[in-house]
Amino acid sequence: MRSVATPVLPVTRNATATSAATRLSGWGRSPVVEGLERIGEDLERLTRDVSLTRGLGRSYGDSSLPAKGGGTIASTRLADRILAFDPETGVLRAEAGLSLFALNRALLDRGWFTPVSPGTQFVTLGGMVASDVHGKNHHEAGTFGRHVSRLLLRAGSGDIVETGPDVERELFDATVGGMGLTGHILEVEVRLKRVNSPWIWSESETAPDFETLAERLVDAGRSWPYTVAWADLLHPSGRGILVKGRWAEPGEAPTTKFTWPGAVAIPFDMPGWAINPLSMRMFNALYLAKHGRRTRTGIAHPQSFFYPLDAILDWNRAYGSRGFTQYQCVIPKESGVAAAAKFARLVRETGGLPCLVVVKDFGPEGPGVLSFPKPGITFAIDLPVTDVTPGLVARLNDVVAAEGGRVYLTKDAFTSREHFRAMEPRLAAFDDVRRRWDPDRKIRSAQSVRLLGDNE
Amino acid sequence: MNVVFLGATKGIGRAVARKLAERGDRIALIGRDVEDLKRSAADLEALGGSVPATIPCDLLDRATIEPALASAWEALGKVDAVVVTAGLFGTQDALEADADMRDRVLTADFTNTVHVCEASAVRLIEAGGGTLCVLSSVSGDRPRKTAYLYGAAKAGLSFYLEGLDLKYRDAGLKTVLIKPGFIKTGMTEGLPVPPFATVPEAIAPAIVRAIDRGTGVAYVPGIWRFVMLAICSLPKFVMRKLNF
Ligand SMILES: Cc1cc2nc3c(=O)[nH]c(=O)nc-3n(C[C@H](O)[C@H](O)[C@H](O)COP(=O)(O)OP(=O)(O)OC[C@H]3O[C@@H](n4cnc5c(N)ncnc54)[C@H](O)[C@@H]3O)c2cc1C
Ligand SMILES: NC(=O)c1ccc[n+]([C@@H]2O[C@H](COP(=O)([O-])OP(=O)(O)OC[C@H]3O[C@@H](n4cnc5c(N)ncnc54)[C@H](OP(=O)(O)O)[C@@H]3O)[C@@H](O)[C@H]2O)c1
Repeated sequence: MRSVATPVLPVTRNATATSAATRLSGWGRSPVVEGLERIGEDLERLTRDVSLTRGLGRSYGDSSLPAKGGGTIASTRLADRILAFDPETGVLRAEAGLSLFALNRALLDRGWFTPVSPGTQFVTLGGMVASDVHGKNHHEAGTFGRHVSRLLLRAGSGDIVETGPDVERELFDATVGGMGLTGHILEVEVRLKRVNSPWIWSESETAPDFETLAERLVDAGRSWPYTVAWADLLHPSGRGILVKGRWAEPGEAPTTKFTWPGAVAIPFDMPGWAINPLSMRMFNALYLAKHGRRTRTGIAHPQSFFYPLDAILDWNRAYGSRGFTQYQCVIPKESGVAAAAKFARLVRETGGLPCLVVVKDFGPEGPGVLSFPKPGITFAIDLPVTDVTPGLVARLNDVVAAEGGRVYLTKDAFTSREHFRAMEPRLAAFDDVRRRWDPDRKIRSAQSVRLLGDNE
Repeated sequence: MNVVFLGATKGIGRAVARKLAERGDRIALIGRDVEDLKRSAADLEALGGSVPATIPCDLLDRATIEPALASAWEALGKVDAVVVTAGLFGTQDALEADADMRDRVLTADFTNTVHVCEASAVRLIEAGGGTLCVLSSVSGDRPRKTAYLYGAAKAGLSFYLEGLDLKYRDAGLKTVLIKPGFIKTGMTEGLPVPPFATVPEAIAPAIVRAIDRGTGVAYVPGIWRFVMLAICSLPKFVMRKLNF
């Protein structure tokens, strides 16, 4: 295999060009659709006549994929310039294709970090807005959209509109978490967070069963900005690990110069056998055993704290040619930890699942009209795609809908329209905004056809 | 370092300019759309560089070249290097079919790039020396059925740059000829991706190193030196058969 000395952004490799059309997929590599993707530096031009805009394709399902008759979609990957940065206030304005990967490398060492980070850096600002992403600090910081002060959008009508919490607010709120369906995001302005050092102080501990894990998770949120839990739902107890973190103070940080781990090659054509489901499962099973009983404390690099999976660049291939999906839902706080524990047992009983499941607690809901998080406990579960996947997702959705919870669109590929409607009383408000700004429904995606009833 | 940069707005040039900015270089940007140059200037400044000027210069309009260089020199005071990454591409089919496009590609990639180099060389030598770094292409090393028109412009450019280096290195002009292999940029979007393809960020450090060292010829990524050695040694009857 080739190795390149500099860390570079891995490009989602789906460019097996078949005549003009390309095979496009999200991170889960399922579904795969034929479509035309247009790419370039000039987003204003690129988005003039496309049906959807996507970023780095790190959403798992079909949200970044064209509808069947959707024609061409735009990719923002090359539109990645910082347009303004104020080192006094931390306000950054950039083209929508700027990646978190580039942003981290440009600014963390100078004391600035994204206010909210998903579990991978290979995402764009536009994608972070459209999915209204959450991080380990949701209980404290809310979603990414809460920190966005301006969005420059091309609406479906073709108009270019500057929006924000205080200007064209309706359109802004619908765009935050709107999965690209209200317009093409051209530029994003966001307030970054000041940090005292680029290092993380982290503590982790094991919990003997799911109830204890969930209670401690919620508890830890009262004193720690970053919290996350990994639950072993293959084990009858639902035991797990709780990880807590905060930015290190300069006195605690290592004195060596901060650098990002290098030597990450771009695996354009990494052989599929480099990692396989078996090795992945073993890795998961060893994870808990390795941690041991005691509490671990210490300094962690932000790469390993926030982006443990980014080191394995192409891990999505591990699930084989049919791809995989991630099922992520939230069980509302009103239902209590007991309901979350019941859901965890259901997940275990449905069987055939990978060992580790990511669990987080959510704070208050944000203003994003279709934004996913609401107070409660969220589960993120990787599932290899097989013939039984749709049925499995439906069974989980029955429970989630009954509890008043919902699923995360950026991960979803299998939820039915009926389940979605049952979970989404906010849909009418979203449709209103779309009717107003995109009367001809020019903008749509494979997902909006599946879930929102748009025309193919 | 003080650099005059033509082509920093996109692709390989954007990545190289960012590397220079990260280490605090001063860069005068020249290019055909001043509004867009200003957006690139903001990006480079956020990364730690400084951009004292953004100056109009259209590679398809010879008359804009000398005035642009003059303004850039004035803005920077002293110039250590001129970097040219601007260029145009056309597929073989398009260039055979469209005489206007053929004219533009040959003019931008050969004739007017030579004019930029001549004018820069004079200024650099006058000031006691400096570096001139220009992106040609591996396509100029050997004609292939699928890229000989674009390749001819690049072959001419490489030929010219090697000559410039022979004649003026002793006078202090270091000519750095860069030959990229297939790089995924807006220019190559939609083309079939050959082996060893990579992205601009992966080759930018090697280009900056070549500029700093005054390397005469640099293939980026380095493997292309051997690939082209092999391709150049193929007999003509084999080249007639190959469709790449
Ligand atoms: C390993 C991994 C970990 C993750 N962890 C988390 C996590 O902790 N929390 C979390 O919230 N998410 C997480 N995600 C999901 C990810 O953050 C989101 O899917 C994100 O939106 C992906 O960004 P992207 O640039 O790749 O967008 P894409 O996947 O390309 O697109 C996602 C959606 O955004 C829309 N979109 C993208 N750019 C634009 C634009 N410029 N204008 C309009 N619409 C646009 C697309 O149409 C699509 O609907 C994770 C994903 C992975 C692979
Ligand atoms: N990509 C490859 O695989 C590859 C391989 C070998 C060699 N090369 C060579 O490397 C160079 C850069 O290629 P790239 O892939 O980075 O291309 P690119 O992404 O298309 O960028 C081309 C750059 O040239 C500028 N430019 C084009 N026409 C111009 C004009 N008339 N006046 C002024 N500037 C002009 C563009 O500026 P605007 O912003 O104004 O458009 C842009 O900055 C080119 O010379 C190319 O031939 C590329």
